[in-house]
Amino acid sequence: MHEIYQLASGILVWVALIVFVGGTAGRLIRMAITARKKDAVIYQYFSFYYALRSILHWIIPFGSMSMRARPAMTLVAFIFHICLIITPIFLAAHVILIAESWGIGWAYLPNAVADIMTILVILGCLFFLLRRIVQRDVRYLSTPGDFVLLLVVAAPFVTGIWTYHQWSGFEIAGIVHMLSGELMLICLPFTRLFHMALFPFTRGYAGSEAGGVRRARDW
Amino acid sequence: MQQRESWDWTAGTREIGDFGAWRTTYGYMEEPHVSEDGEKIAAIVRAEEEAYTVCVNGRPWENTFDKVWYLRFTPDHRPVALVSDTAMWTVAIDGTSWQNWYEFVWNTRFANTASHVTIAAQKELRYFVVTDDTPWQNEFFSLNHLIVSPDGRNAAAVVQNTTFPEADIGKFQEGCFTVAVNGEAWPEQYVNAWELDFSGDGRHVAAEIRTSLYDYTIAVDGKTWKKRFPCVWAPRFHPADNSVTAPVKIPGGWSLARNEEIIWNRGYKQLWHHMYSPDGSHIAAVAAPEFGKWTIVEDDRAWQARFNEVVTDAVYSPDGNRIACLGKSNEKWYIAVDDRIWDVALDMAWQPVFSPDGSHVAAMAEKNGSYTIIIDGKPIGQEFTAAWQPVFSPDGTRILVKGVLPEDQGGKYCRQVLEVERVAS
Amino acid sequence: MKTSEDFQAAAEEKRIYDAGIEEGAKKLTPEKIRSVFNELMQTEGGARLEAYTKACVHCGLCSDACHHYLSNDRDPRFSPAGKVKQTIIEIVSRKGKVDADFMKRACEIAFTECNLCRRCMIYCPFGIDVAYLMLFVRRACHQLGVVPQYIQDTAHSHAATYNQMWVRDDEWIDTLQWQEDEARDEIPDLRIPIEKEGADIFYSVIGPEPKFRAQLIYQMAVIMHAAGVDWTMPASQGWDNSDMCMYTGDSEMTARLKKIHFEAALRLKTKRIVMGECGHAFRSVYDVGNRLLGWKMPPLQMIHAISFYSEIIEQGRLKIAEKFDRPVTFHDPCNIVRGRGLHETARYVINQVCTTFIELEPNREHNYCCGAGGGVINCGPPFKNKRVQSNRVKADQLAAAKKKGAEVVIAPCHNCHGGLEDIIRHYELGLELKFLGDILYECIQKE
Repeated sequence: MHEIYQLASGILVWVALIVFVGGTAGRLIRMAITARKKDAVIYQYFSFYYALRSILHWIIPFGSMSMRARPAMTLVAFIFHICLIITPIFLAAHVILIAESWGIGWAYLPNAVADIMTILVILGCLFFLLRRIVQRDVRYLSTPGDFVLLLVVAAPFVTGIWTYHQWSGFEIAGIVHMLSGELMLICLPFTRLFHMALFPFTRGYAGSEAGGVRRARDW
Repeated sequence: MQQRESWDWTAGTREIGDFGAWRTTYGYMEEPHVSEDGEKIAAIVRAEEEAYTVCVNGRPWENTFDKVWYLRFTPDHRPVALVSDTAMWTVAIDGTSWQNWYEFVWNTRFANTASHVTIAAQKELRYFVVTDDTPWQNEFFSLNHLIVSPDGRNAAAVVQNTTFPEADIGKFQEGCFTVAVNGEAWPEQYVNAWELDFSGDGRHVAAEIRTSLYDYTIAVDGKTWKKRFPCVWAPRFHPADNSVTAPVKIPGGWSLARNEEIIWNRGYKQLWHHMYSPDGSHIAAVAAPEFGKWTIVEDDRAWQARFNEVVTDAVYSPDGNRIACLGKSNEKWYIAVDDRIWDVALDMAWQPVFSPDGSHVAAMAEKNGSYTIIIDGKPIGQEFTAAWQPVFSPDGTRILVKGVLPEDQGGKYCRQVLEVERVAS
Repeated sequence: MKTSEDFQAAAEEKRIYDAGIEEGAKKLTPEKIRSVFNELMQTEGGARLEAYTKACVHCGLCSDACHHYLSNDRDPRFSPAGKVKQTIIEIVSRKGKVDADFMKRACEIAFTECNLCRRCMIYCPFGIDVAYLMLFVRRACHQLGVVPQYIQDTAHSHAATYNQMWVRDDEWIDTLQWQEDEARDEIPDLRIPIEKEGADIFYSVIGPEPKFRAQLIYQMAVIMHAAGVDWTMPASQGWDNSDMCMYTGDSEMTARLKKIHFEAALRLKTKRIVMGECGHAFRSVYDVGNRLLGWKMPPLQMIHAISFYSEIIEQGRLKIAEKFDRPVTFHDPCNIVRGRGLHETARYVINQVCTTFIELEPNREHNYCCGAGGGVINCGPPFKNKRVQSNRVKADQLAAAKKKGAEVVIAPCHNCHGGLEDIIRHYELGLELKFLGDILYECIQKE
């Protein structure tokens, strides 16, 4: 048990971080090179102004017609993604751990807020799970991998809040928390979670073509 | 053929045909055309109610027609037009129509220096070619891409020799098109055949073809290159040895092939409109070394100059040592000679013209609605409301400029012979 | 609730016979499919393909953007991502190891269940271009020789005649002269200037104009005459700006067609190209064919008829004698609205010429597709019923505008016309369909 803890809190953190950063960067670079070779035109039409214009419309809640048409989905998606990214970075326990290990630190969230945000992430996962089961088109599109990914995303949050509140079996939950958090980071570049890294590029390119060439709005 | 030496090369301006006066006498007149020597100006006019003719230097043709279109001058300065009476069509030269009439005629073609006139014709939905009033012996289901040999005596076209039912995609893909030269079709049929080229002696024809929906290549006198390419553009004959070259698409972009072997090393984003220097020692082409950047490539070496919109109308000097072309960047046209872009931004420009020894270049250009001639980068100073291609005298010391003067200068059509040294210096 | 197997079964029942697909599929072997597909992936399957297939999180936000989905009782197979799932995702993940039956189905989906209208692209948070993916499938179909018969025949016409409708060179010129004759009964000095070198404007149309709708050329000639425009049309090939090869996946032919079109305009020393009221042709000339040839933007300025109308009205060259007084509504064609942002320009023209304008809902970039574009109508009679049923939502949208009083639908695109005409008839909407040019011709001062 102790060895696993050592492993999960030591070397695996580094492995996860390196795989996450290296994998993401590597895959993006590889795509950029492929693009040069096979889709060279996209560089010709990429426009930072129009890319940003499009991205802004899509990262502001209800900034697009699509988002306005599905308010519940929009609301959940925004809250989910914000909490998903903010919570682990500004969680007091994480900040303190990092400060102790590496000597760098930053502001952290009040624990009650972090708790709420964690619950929101978990509820978000449930919402998406429900959507995948109940909504006909989404069910048709869903692959087994999509369900596994929901689990991968939910796991560190479920185990995190579990560990924090020291509910029964929290020691094991703690280890699972670390492992699942690391798993999520490792999965990110190599699974559909990679959509996060692709977003600025696909949206930006759509915006560049729409704004710079087609002179139309894409939101 | 009248030689250029015999043209009037006396320096000075001469008004032709009192165009200023007769242009207003017709209620309906189309844009005028001018003979190469500048001695004649002609336009399609309405002679009377629903009757049209051609007015040359103020004198209308004796005959009128129900319809007249495509008025041009032959290389020997005769006005030629396509004319119709009672729904039948033929060619009228100097007002005299050919004996044979057809259901439709079009595509008037002449060789650069010969007097022969060739057209495409249709009768009872059968297609053929007519040269100097003599039709081909054979007729076809369709006919396009008509060309004539440099001496004007031979004609070739892409023809459909096999008919296929509507929407029969299988039959089409078996190949129903071929090339006919002087009415004789090549035995081989292709899925498609497009642009053609005659050899300098007029005895050989090369064609750009597709043998399936995916395989492009070149056929010469009915014999197909063995190699296939993802795409090809128009072939050209070497002026001396009659070998054939064509731009072909290869994995690394576009390159040039001679008799199916790749002869250039570099791959271009685009490569087309290649041409031989008159003695065949050089090949130049319009190319895009990179996406959206256009230039001239000679013998696989690109010019430094780049245009971001298009390069057209490239031409070799008669001695083959110089190349001129037109280029367009940021919605303005420019003239470029030997990798130097003339510093005049234009609204439109025409193919540059070299003096016989290649030492001078002139081009017609339009700016702000008026036309002028630019010689060696310098406008001649006179502006016109219409103008035609300038011609250098055989000794290269003078240039013939043809244009219609602005209204405030009388609106006359003039032929001016200028001293090249005086305007170019 | 239906399971996906049920949908599969329903799809089997409804399978439509198309000679091009069936005969083409007979010649396929699994080896051929695999080698052709892998070759295509090698040469053309680049970063866009990867990004689009990998960024999709299967969220279904694109579903409601698609008229096929909305019109087919929200059958998920018709959602944009659903079509991607059934075609390209499957082929890519199986590395081309699919059989002829799979290709037949993939062909039918890519050619007849997606209009490439790119509405879903502006509903997808990632801006995934499903049209690009469907075109990739069509490209594979083309290379495998499995293409619906009628659109393939059109592609053949393009290849043989450089126009869409097997119009011969003489028929083209003859049609122009015939329209000129007709128009001279109305305006004696009117001219359709053929081969006028140095004219300001090169006017190009699509093959069906001389073939079936020659009055449109007549009307444009009257508009040009009234506005005093210096224009011309070529007597050579290159007059047709349309391009079904772009939709069959024959990129080499698309490039060739655009080359001949631009070169006709360049040869005539015209300053810009004005295109008739067609959408797909605009797309092919404006941002598809030019790119295939190495031109970043068209080498000559190229504008759609709507922009041209707006320009000559704004400059006061075209005067409106009497406004069109029946209430009109406007269908925004995908290729010139999502494709070129001409929605406000069109509304400017309409408001100048018509007394009462009623918006369709949704409109502008969000308008529903006509159901005919993207080559779908060109797949011909076998798919006609399916096409009309697959756009019930358009009928509902038009009916709502009719309820508000609209009597006339303006659609400045040939494919939209074809599609809307069928919809109006099938759903008995009792609306009249017009081009913007029809209305201008009716309302302008002609002399």
